Amino acid sequence: MRYMMLIHHDEEALANASRQQLWAEYAAFNEALAKAGAGFAAGERLESSVAATTVRVRDGSSQVLDGPYADTKEQFAGYFMIDVPDLDEAITWARRCPSAKYGAIEIRPFTPEGRWSSAWAKQGPNRS
Amino acid sequence: MVDAFEQAHKAAERVARESYGRLLAFLVVRTRDVAGAEDALADAFAAALRTWPVRGVPDKPDAWLLTAARHRQTDAARRRQTQEVSEEHLRIMAEEIEHASNTADEIPDRRLALMFACAHPAIEAGMRAPLILQTILGLTADEIAAAFLIPSATMGQRLVRAKTRIRQAGIPLRVPDRDDLPARLDAVLEAIYAAYSKAWGEIGDGSSALAGEAIWLARLVVSLLPEEPEAKGVLALMLYTEARRAARRDSAGTFVPLDEQDVGLWDERQLQTAEALLHDANVYGPSGRYQLEAAIQSAHMARRVSGRDTRRAILTLYDHLLALTGSPVAALNRAVALGAVEGPVAALDRMGALASDKRMVGYQPYWAVRGHLLAQAGRHTEAYEALTVAIGLSTDEAVKRYLAGKREALGALE
Repeated sequence: MRYMMLIHHDEEALANASRQQLWAEYAAFNEALAKAGAGFAAGERLESSVAATTVRVRDGSSQVLDGPYADTKEQFAGYFMIDVPDLDEAITWARRCPSAKYGAIEIRPFTPEGRWSSAWAKQGPNRS
Repeated sequence: MVDAFEQAHKAAERVARESYGRLLAFLVVRTRDVAGAEDALADAFAAALRTWPVRGVPDKPDAWLLTAARHRQTDAARRRQTQEVSEEHLRIMAEEIEHASNTADEIPDRRLALMFACAHPAIEAGMRAPLILQTILGLTADEIAAAFLIPSATMGQRLVRAKTRIRQAGIPLRVPDRDDLPARLDAVLEAIYAAYSKAWGEIGDGSSALAGEAIWLARLVVSLLPEEPEAKGVLALMLYTEARRAARRDSAGTFVPLDEQDVGLWDERQLQTAEALLHDANVYGPSGRYQLEAAIQSAHMARRVSGRDTRRAILTLYDHLLALTGSPVAALNRAVALGAVEGPVAALDRMGALASDKRMVGYQPYWAVRGHLLAQAGRHTEAYEALTVAIGLSTDEAVKRYLAGKREALGALE
């Protein structure tokens, strides 16, 4: 199964962490991802949520807000992708991720392609 | 015709009772689709009731049902036309089923794998026991809802959600590796023990049936994982408790504490099995929570049966249990054990530390124990208050009556 691993950082905890150590850990982790083969991919790093802008369109007019989508302690910070047999393997990869110590890794399975097409067939593209 | 129908019906019922979980587990293992497998199996049972009266009950009813269910599963997968189940996958499934129904008398037992999936940490904690009861024992959502005091419709929805999660999140259907096994086995045992505790806390026929099913599941785990001491520990713990079922209420339905129970009403066979299990479990070494709790039960019952003074041993066991779990419930029980050795004043001193724990405010046993110890210490006014709170927090009529009796006795002591 293909999973996207969403990294959420506690930015305060991260600020207190040793940068050098974190980078070294991430270098090793990304190397492991690269070696794991097809379906595995390291994501790119994102700037902290201070740099975020959030946009919504309601009734034809757009609202633009400075700041992240949700004002929570842990903020979306990046992602990586894996392709493994089951959730237990995905949990193992989440535990390996250096960010797990400074926040949380959310494991989200990709919707299988077949399910997309059958959902479309049932609902039809014009019936939303 | 009527006879044939009845014969077919009885055969289907017997297979349902004995093989439901085994058949379902086998069907689920490849697809992870619990709800789909349940539907397929239900269809297969319906087909059996139509076909068997006419053509006779097949030699291997299990294999017949499995084949019928697998065909329905395959049809359903084809209809969905998803890439989740590829043609290749369908072919493997078909071959597997051929093999299982043609050659083996025994269909491979995947119940443990299914149980581990149901008790996976990614499943909502409160739904693990209900999910196991439904998938392995085939209990209906209504039956489970009644046992867990949750409205039927809510239980039904939550079961559906949990099953969907097994498939969508990719929860594996297998016994975990050695590294993960202890933590995962905990969840399985916890689910079984939760079902048992639920049944023990309530009265009536339904509750004793649920208790029986929890014990059956624990036996299954023990037989499939014979080297896991905690599995034996939890089974022993349940059997020690179950052995006292007949003695825990008097003829008027009032709660009878262990010290006052008629030992003659205890189930000798269950006690012996529990003792043997506990002995076996301890051979494998490090004592876990369930082994310790079972050992405490064993010591309590030995004291009643043989008159041997086991109070110090019980206190030591509680020391270990408290060190292991750090739970306030263990701390409370340890205070009781201390009271039995050193008297109520020492126990009340020890309970002082628990008084600030917010979880104790609404915990009925805390107030019952406190009331009991205060009464022993001759502090009758405080004892009256504590027993009153304990009565107010009780949900069981038999316990309420017992505590009210204790409270009345205080007046006589003044």
